[in-house]
Amino acid sequence: MLIDWFTVVAQLLNFLILVWLLKRFLYQPVLDAIDAREHRIAKELAQADATRNAAQAEQTHFREQQAALDAQREALLATATAEADAEGKRLIEAARQRATELEAHQTQRLATQATALRQALAERTQHEVFAVCRKALGDLADAGLESRMVATFVRRLQAARATDEAALLAGFKTSVAPLVVRSAFALSDADRAAVQAALKDDLGIAQAPQFEIASDRVAGIEIASAGQALGWSIADYLDALQASVTELLAAPAPPAGEAKPSIKLKVPTDAG
Amino acid sequence: MHLSPDDIILWQFGLFKINATIAFTWALMAVLTVGAWAITRRLSRGLARSRWQNLLEIIVTGIETQIADIGLVAPRKYVGFLGTLFLFVATASLFTIVPGYEPPTGSLSTTTALALAVFVAVPMFGIAECGLRDYLAAYVKPTVIMLPFNIISELSRTLALAARLFGNMMSGTMILAILLTITPFIFPIVLSALGLLTGMVQAYIFSVLAAVYIAAATRIRPPVPGGAAADTASANTL
Repeated sequence: MLIDWFTVVAQLLNFLILVWLLKRFLYQPVLDAIDAREHRIAKELAQADATRNAAQAEQTHFREQQAALDAQREALLATATAEADAEGKRLIEAARQRATELEAHQTQRLATQATALRQALAERTQHEVFAVCRKALGDLADAGLESRMVATFVRRLQAARATDEAALLAGFKTSVAPLVVRSAFALSDADRAAVQAALKDDLGIAQAPQFEIASDRVAGIEIASAGQALGWSIADYLDALQASVTELLAAPAPPAGEAKPSIKLKVPTDAG
Repeated sequence: MHLSPDDIILWQFGLFKINATIAFTWALMAVLTVGAWAITRRLSRGLARSRWQNLLEIIVTGIETQIADIGLVAPRKYVGFLGTLFLFVATASLFTIVPGYEPPTGSLSTTTALALAVFVAVPMFGIAECGLRDYLAAYVKPTVIMLPFNIISELSRTLALAARLFGNMMSGTMILAILLTITPFIFPIVLSALGLLTGMVQAYIFSVLAAVYIAAATRIRPPVPGGAAADTASANTL
């Protein structure tokens, strides 16, 4: 008999005991360890996923923040550019206004200088003309310029009776104010006598005139009373000369090589 | 020459006796249990672990994978029974390289005991999974005429399990013993290696057939939705 039933039962019990022992010492511990490891790995993977999700969220947040900062920077840049443009325009306008003011000031200063120059030129011309005339009259006619002026003045007084100045002379005749004969130079006795004779004889003015010297005059002589004056002066000629010089200065500068401008002196006529 | 290690009586008192089959079985049980205890007493639950722990994990997960491949829904529930069948038969064959060792599986009593264990375990797992009524109803399907054939099938496959394992193990041992007397050199080593391979294949066949029988018994009723989760939960209790 190949089957020993006692052995069969014993082996059956042995097998069941072995099943229990291996469950206790082999399968359960090993499977528990595997489960624990899988659980740990799953937990670490979940943590890694959570960390990755957090990192992605952080990355998205930072990208949005970066985009916002870029937009803000662009806006600030645009604002600053606009403000700089406006400021530049304002500064340019201020500079232009300042330049206009300086130009006006300079023009005014130049005009003032030109006026002063013209005045100085007139005075100098008066002096020079007076000196030249006196020298020329002295040399050619052997007569003093002052005497010739007085003679001319007397002749004009005589001629004034027939002109528009007759009313002025009539006023001198009736005026109670002192009559003053004002000249740029001291009159000689002969000249004074000639003037007094002309006033008394020709014009009928009985009042004896007072003779004064006006140092601001270059040449000439006049009679004045109560604010009214009649006289003759070299200034009339000089005024004509001044007008000519002014016209010359105001004219634009001619190109190089052309003829130089000349001064045309308009001398007033003796009757005028 | 002994045809079975049952014939080698080491101690006897009346009906009770200790023969070589039982003694070598105890030795195998001691080796398996002590070896498992020695390795699993300091198991690492982290990523770093010892080589022996790796070996045990490979064996256990391999058994679990094989059971799942056969079609059992909750493999952990069956790891204890089927894994022990495989390990016991495989270890019994592996130790044939030790001189003087007689494999317990070379005893028809041992293989009969294992076949009886399968014979009892199949309906137990089937009833636990499907219920007594559904399990018994499977014997009269498709018609009641199939009842005797099903019963004969149950008995015959149990007998086939016992006889197949016994025949292979006994024949390997016998051939080795005969060759040792005829040609003591070279050939016994080759045939010993062949017997080792045969023993491993038989361990695999025995446990796989048991798994197939259990799978057939537990698939009488179609699985309900959500049953897999319940199976997994119950498997964790092992």
